[in-house]
Amino acid sequence: MEKDELIAWENKCIQEESPECTSACPLHVDARLFLKETRKGDWDAAYKVLNKTMPFAGILGRICDHPCEERCKRGSIGGPIAIGALERYCVERFTGKKRVQPLPRKNHRIAVVGTGLAGVTAAWDLLKKGFVVTVFESGDRLGGSLWDLPEQILPREVITEEFSVFEALKADVRLGTRIDKALFEQICEEYEAVILDRDSLHGVDLSLKLDNDGLIAIDAATGATERSGVFAGGGTRFRGGFSPVMETLEGRKPALSIERLMQKVGLTFGRENEGPCSTRLYTNIEEIDPLPRVVAADTVKGYTEEEARKEAERCIQCECMECVKKCLFLERYRAYPKKYAREIFNNERILLGAAHQYNVFTNSCSTCGLCETVCPNDFYMGDLCLEARRTMLKQKFMPPSFHEFALQDMAHSNSEHFSLSRHEPGKTESSWLYFPSCQLCSTSPGEVLTSYRFLRNKLSGGVGIMFRCCGAPAMWAGRDDLFIESINDIRNAWEQMGKPCIITACSTCESIFGEHLPEMETVSLWKVLEDTGLPEGGPSIAEAVKSSTVSIADPCITRNVPATRQSVRRIVQSLGITIEELPLSNEKPECCGYGGLMYNANPELARDVIAHRARRVPPPVLTKPFSPPAGWYRTGLMEDTDTVYYHTTVNEHDYVAYCAMCRDNLAAHGKRSAHLIELVFPNVDGADPAARGWISWSDRRANRVRVKGELLRELGEKGEVPMEEHEKIRLDISAEVLRRIDDQRILEDDIRKVIDYAEKNQKRLRHRESGNYLAYYQPENVTYWVEYSPHGEGFKIHNAYCHRMKIVGTKR
Amino acid sequence: MNYSHEAEAWNCTSCGAGLVVTKVFFTYMKGNFEVDLPACPECGLVLVPEDLVRGKMVEAERILEDK
Ligand code: SF4
Ligand code: SF4
Ligand code: SF4
Ligand SMILES: [Zn+2]
Repeated sequence: MEKDELIAWENKCIQEESPECTSACPLHVDARLFLKETRKGDWDAAYKVLNKTMPFAGILGRICDHPCEERCKRGSIGGPIAIGALERYCVERFTGKKRVQPLPRKNHRIAVVGTGLAGVTAAWDLLKKGFVVTVFESGDRLGGSLWDLPEQILPREVITEEFSVFEALKADVRLGTRIDKALFEQICEEYEAVILDRDSLHGVDLSLKLDNDGLIAIDAATGATERSGVFAGGGTRFRGGFSPVMETLEGRKPALSIERLMQKVGLTFGRENEGPCSTRLYTNIEEIDPLPRVVAADTVKGYTEEEARKEAERCIQCECMECVKKCLFLERYRAYPKKYAREIFNNERILLGAAHQYNVFTNSCSTCGLCETVCPNDFYMGDLCLEARRTMLKQKFMPPSFHEFALQDMAHSNSEHFSLSRHEPGKTESSWLYFPSCQLCSTSPGEVLTSYRFLRNKLSGGVGIMFRCCGAPAMWAGRDDLFIESINDIRNAWEQMGKPCIITACSTCESIFGEHLPEMETVSLWKVLEDTGLPEGGPSIAEAVKSSTVSIADPCITRNVPATRQSVRRIVQSLGITIEELPLSNEKPECCGYGGLMYNANPELARDVIAHRARRVPPPVLTKPFSPPAGWYRTGLMEDTDTVYYHTTVNEHDYVAYCAMCRDNLAAHGKRSAHLIELVFPNVDGADPAARGWISWSDRRANRVRVKGELLRELGEKGEVPMEEHEKIRLDISAEVLRRIDDQRILEDDIRKVIDYAEKNQKRLRHRESGNYLAYYQPENVTYWVEYSPHGEGFKIHNAYCHRMKIVGTKR
Repeated sequence: MNYSHEAEAWNCTSCGAGLVVTKVFFTYMKGNFEVDLPACPECGLVLVPEDLVRGKMVEAERILEDK
């Protein structure tokens, strides 16, 4: 990833943008954080948040006209948070001393003339930055019109206390100094820059150009007057009404301009967002219950502590996190795409030998695309991760373990054990080419053969068939070499068949062909079945299944293929079955853990992903600022965020999947699930396809071999691939052991290889009590261990495990 | 971890010898390791117990893969 690409990715994720309240606040007070601390009752922390941005928190906290509230996201769900009243409560109970740590002293002398809120703010900001400041005030105290405010709103001693900092910062304060033209000229001579408080100086003639309101005219962005080195601000009460917070901003602006002037940098550069500004932050408020504003019981005294905390709890702590709420992978790594883009960028730049902590991360995304669908800005992590995988391969730090199993499975599908292409028996041409997919043949071989017979009957012009893998695993692994080779092989075979129209039964194949082989006309099996009509007269599913209600488990790859999703639904309904949609379906399905090879690179995560789709997970107990919508829970890893809930999308109905991997993964995690092809082409009468359970990786391969053999026999050819020696070894494995070894992705074939090697070479250990043998063998990168005992004509398997660490030997 | 108990439980079938705990060397992704494990003193056939594989070894593999 190049630096500019990183910036583009980072800019796409708006999670770090300010919430509405902060953007609307002229000073950009972090109201969200203030409310979080208030909710906790951490008053010191809450005060600190205000004090960080406000020049005189004790004053502004009491009198701010809170324009933030107008734009608060709570506005439409119960009313805006009473930020103004809460700030008041917070500063009223603060008893600590105001402390300042000014920056090192700078030798620039600045004058501030007039001490309304704008003037004192400017003086304060400059003092804090280390400038030498002289303050001129015609009255006998600082604060100008602040003293006109009612005592119960702004007590006198608060003003005195807040302004005591001027003394502490050694400002040269000259009270009782009448300002006129002559003095102004003198000040301009003596000081490097001047700030005029327009509230105090209203009506005083200084020979400066005035605006329509009779105030000294300024440039709105910088506060500069027509006279160089002279700035001004304030005077809101002469322009539609006194706004304390705008007065403050108008004091702050010229102070910043002067700092820049002294540093000799551009006055206007990068100041677009100073003052009230817009924000790109998106916050979803769809599922948030309206809660009315907490009203103080004592309207004169205002909020009690309890009332204040309760009101602050209404703040929804605005943030985006839309994708993180929906994707377990994104949630698991405790951040959000903007940060992830940066981590991936850094991961690629790490010097040889240092830890690449984001290798597993980069290879864990299922590339399902749900993030892009739910993101207000279409951020697609899949693109980012796939590109990063290619870089990992190029830079040679991709661990083989991440994709090896999946690529071997693909190689098996494209070997003579499975791959084949044939015209319809008795024909020399094909108008159609059935491409049932490797994984459907792995799990529903009988239904594949039945559906092929059906298509041959219904379609004219010859229906050929092709068995092989579409190449998706290579693409997901970032292995462009293998992927392009696979695409070329498919194109060649298709051309040799006379360029027939492809019928795919797998949505992944459909999408790969659509994108990478656009010259091939491709149609889904489901669309074809809608045109031909469903089979009649053969075996039929059980009556109970026909009258049931199911939910469709869309595969993630059909997110952008509405036509296929609709075909599937119409077929299910035409079988008499009722559909109840899952919350995350249609354009929003999650992945089953197979996509992007998540299951290979990060099996634990893939297991959690599918478990979460297959079973309802009980929500943990929450202490929340507002009650989460039913069915939402928080997985508890995110500490710094308040609105992340992970949504359970399970319901009690059987699922109908139309991706073989979705069906198998759901079934493996205890969800009754059927593949659509099993509903349309049941093998036996009265079938209940959802009752079929999980299937092992070994059986998947065996089924592919079987389906090829049977098809060849049906076509009148010899259907046997010669067996290797070890393949003839008979195994006896209990269901429990089978599941355990399958979870480690150990194939029965691997076990046979170990036994074959151990028996031939006598390389095995024998247990003194049980008499069982234990042997190991490393055919390629993985070392397999098998505990077994001779059993009839074969062997009984007691246990198996494997590791990638290579045994070098013992000390001799 | 001490695997002397496992060493006593198994025999090497080709040498007929009992196992003794000795240093066994492993390598993975540019990392080298040694662990005290039971092995046949004659032919060097080793025993890597399942709990070691599923525990420490998987952990070490994961760490090396994120390197
Ligand atoms: S709900 Fe809270 S964070 Fe959101 S705009 Fe309102 S005050 Fe700010
Ligand atoms: S798994 Fe899917 S939703 Fe999650 S980041 Fe990857 S593409 Fe996005
Ligand atoms: S949905 Fe995700 S990627 Fe998009 S802006 Fe929100 S946090 Fe960022
Ligand atoms: Zn031996």
